[in-house]
Amino acid sequence: MDNNILYSGFYKLLGITGEPGALAMTVAALLAIVVVLVAVLLHVAYATYFERKVIGHMQMRLGPMRVGWHGLLQPFADGLKLFFKEDIFPAGCYKTVFRLAPIYSLFAALSSLAVIPFFGTFYIANINVGILYIFAISGVGTYGIIMAGWSSNSKYAFLGGMRSAAQLISYEVAMGLSLVGVMIMSGSLNLIEIVEAQQTHWYGMYLIPQFLGFFVFAVSAFAETNRTPFCLPEAESELVAGYFAEYSGMRFSLFFLAEYTAMIIMSSMSVICFFGGWTLPPFLTDAIPALNMVPGVVWFAGKVYFHIFVFYWVRATLPRYRYDYLMRLGWKVLIPLALVNIVVTSIIKYLA
Amino acid sequence: MIIEKELTTKYLTVSMGPQHPATHGVLRLVLELDGETVVKCTPDIGYLHRGLEKLAENKTWPAAMTLTSRLDYCSAVANESGYCLAVEKLLGVEVPERAKFIRTMTCEMVRIASHIIWLSAHAIDIGAMTVFLYAMRDRELILDLFEMLCGARLLHIYPRIGGVRCDVDQKFLDGLWDFTEKFPKLIEEYETLIDQNRIWLQRTKGIGIVSAEEAINMGLTGPVLRGSGVPYDIRKIAPYDAYDKVEFEVPLGKNCDVYDRYRCRMEEFRQSNKIIRQCIEKLPDGLALNPDAPGLDMMPGPLKKAAPAPAPAADGTPASKVEDGPAFTEIYSATEVPKGELGYYFVSDGTGKPYRMKVRTPSFIHISALQRLCVGVLVADVIALIGTVDIVLGECDR
Amino acid sequence: MGRLEIDMGPKEAAEALKSSFASEVREIAEFKGGQVSVTVAKAKIREMMRFLHDAPELQFQFLSEIGGVDYMGKKEPRYEVIYVVFSMPHKAYLTVKAQVPEDDLAIDSVMDIWVGADWRERECFDMFGIKFNDHPDLRRILMPDDWEGFPLRKDYPLQADLGDREWKGYLDVVALYERNKKYEVHSR
Repeated sequence: MDNNILYSGFYKLLGITGEPGALAMTVAALLAIVVVLVAVLLHVAYATYFERKVIGHMQMRLGPMRVGWHGLLQPFADGLKLFFKEDIFPAGCYKTVFRLAPIYSLFAALSSLAVIPFFGTFYIANINVGILYIFAISGVGTYGIIMAGWSSNSKYAFLGGMRSAAQLISYEVAMGLSLVGVMIMSGSLNLIEIVEAQQTHWYGMYLIPQFLGFFVFAVSAFAETNRTPFCLPEAESELVAGYFAEYSGMRFSLFFLAEYTAMIIMSSMSVICFFGGWTLPPFLTDAIPALNMVPGVVWFAGKVYFHIFVFYWVRATLPRYRYDYLMRLGWKVLIPLALVNIVVTSIIKYLA
Repeated sequence: MIIEKELTTKYLTVSMGPQHPATHGVLRLVLELDGETVVKCTPDIGYLHRGLEKLAENKTWPAAMTLTSRLDYCSAVANESGYCLAVEKLLGVEVPERAKFIRTMTCEMVRIASHIIWLSAHAIDIGAMTVFLYAMRDRELILDLFEMLCGARLLHIYPRIGGVRCDVDQKFLDGLWDFTEKFPKLIEEYETLIDQNRIWLQRTKGIGIVSAEEAINMGLTGPVLRGSGVPYDIRKIAPYDAYDKVEFEVPLGKNCDVYDRYRCRMEEFRQSNKIIRQCIEKLPDGLALNPDAPGLDMMPGPLKKAAPAPAPAADGTPASKVEDGPAFTEIYSATEVPKGELGYYFVSDGTGKPYRMKVRTPSFIHISALQRLCVGVLVADVIALIGTVDIVLGECDR
Repeated sequence: MGRLEIDMGPKEAAEALKSSFASEVREIAEFKGGQVSVTVAKAKIREMMRFLHDAPELQFQFLSEIGGVDYMGKKEPRYEVIYVVFSMPHKAYLTVKAQVPEDDLAIDSVMDIWVGADWRERECFDMFGIKFNDHPDLRRILMPDDWEGFPLRKDYPLQADLGDREWKGYLDVVALYERNKKYEVHSR
């Protein structure tokens, strides 16, 4: 907590000098959570807007144009509309679980934000097992989907929930294994230390030695967030929105927020583990010292935005995988590749 | 002591439709699923049944033509041309050469438009969203040309018995020529996105295999049959309009799967383009409508009396006509519309109204083929199969 | 499909059918456009269709259409079921018309020869009431399952105001509308 600008900023605000007491720490933590949540939720809202714009332009059309200048206020219009929609419960649904499922999904997505360092000194918590924490929470997020699919009392939603749960579980293994190479090279699970470890090499990014790991991680990220080409659970033309087909209004928007937040988290993980986080590679900063003046958040944000753009790009371009190919890819292709990556990395690290 | 109980599982019955984004209209498929595999598929149609055949019995020949555009509403001119052709054969009406070429030209334009809808729907069901929008952008060009020609974009009612409603002018022909210059490159745009895409190949190769004998036995026609390698194209077998005066090839498939039917239809794009260019070049001068043909103001006439009852056959069986009954003439005429073979069976009693109009539509047969095709495939493949047989419910239900 | 010696047109095919089934064939008519129709009795329709399908010189392998026609009052017998078949090697169409009298409204199904005859025979049953023997699943196809009456018969009206005798599904929808009218938001 010592060099965390969020907390030190709040202590100065609250007028505390010296060692903060327990109450002050709690209040500061809550304020930090509010700041991070507001920032991320605004990003999520505009991620929906930019998806429509970017995919629209790729398909030779304009996307939202009416609400505000070039449609910039569209997320607020969507939010207001969903807020006022009628709260429908399908006949025969299990009401408690039905109500709980979207909250659970969103809780899983937002809790992962606690450990992500947006740049060197801006985070809510810095725990020593950052990567493990994120995997644990995203594993727990699977429950939200199963609960949604089952409690809707609809065959389509049920099918979608089952498919999605199977997909998520399969690709979690591959994702975890792909990051083991990064852990070996950096020697730590702490996200800040991973970024600092990347700075010790001249190329500055684990992308270059760990390209295989990055490939497996990228494909698993698409599968974990249910995005095309793995968007089978919410395939519009097959199951009409899959596990959240029966949801409407605010509950539906919670699922939507959870999906885009997961996208942002996957992008942030990829940026931190493979792209050097908020830093530039040393060979660039040595060549152009002026780049050191640019605050780290600019690089972090730029890299995350680029990742999200690639998510949209792939959605506009590729068709959808069939269920058995999806499973085959996850178990028979990605896991062996990740294991090979681990073995090769360990050998090289041992010899070096 | 362990007591074992038999584990029984039930099949999950899912009803896809009638309101569903992928079923191309109001079709209901009742699927029995064993996990992800389809065990039984029962199509349920009739949601769009409007009674066209009964309505036609109360209208005169020219008026009943308006009903036929509503059959396959994606390719209206083709249905109407088929109708006019059948009636012209029945009533013995001559069609001027220029009108024949114009009809051929517009039928091929509408073949391109209908195949664009097929491609868009097929691609977006499998997940490639962008192909849908690129293809629809090009369909706008064709619909604008139709609007220039006859004022309507979708349901044209352009042919008439004995020709076409209005002549083409040079502006329309220039626009059409420009379109045919641009179109081959646009086809390549769609192909770049999906043709060699590994996911597309995985979703379409080896799915929905129908051998040639099975296809003929089931009564499939059009690109679905030609994808199985059977060279059945009515434009070549029994040419009508100006099809014997233009050169084109009929693409055939080898592997009888969804991918081959997709390739057949993509090749048909190019062949239609070629036919349109030849029609524009070879368009003869002359009338666009036979002035002696029955027009819209045709009134129903009296019943035509038959010849006196023929003598009984040699072994004493009486002839099967009622004394002084009407003379019925009949005809079956088939044309090649984008979806397959569209056949009209008419019985006429001389009053100027069809006594019986029976329409043989390709979509009706193709949906019945779905019953057999969908058994043993995954749910995702059902979507690919519906896309590949290219159905339109207006045609199926009439 | 092997090589054939003579190029057989529809007229020759009709003659071949007549020579094989002389007692069943009532009439051969030729009409415009070179089309030939053969009017037959319905008793041996399955054997005749099998002959047309299997005979090596005929090979009418493709069934284009099965349809029904109602000649109420104008012709006896009242109904006819037409089969339009096509031969790929000869490129010829042939129309076979089987006469079905009103008091014996049934005919053999040709589903064992052509699998695709399934739905077409169901449609014939739905529209005219002609029963097809040995059809595995003969029920209504275009009309709702509980519809009464056969729409394409000549004594079935095109338009009629039936009041309470309307189809039950329609009456249910109207009743639902009446019940939910009080929740209408707009005032009229």
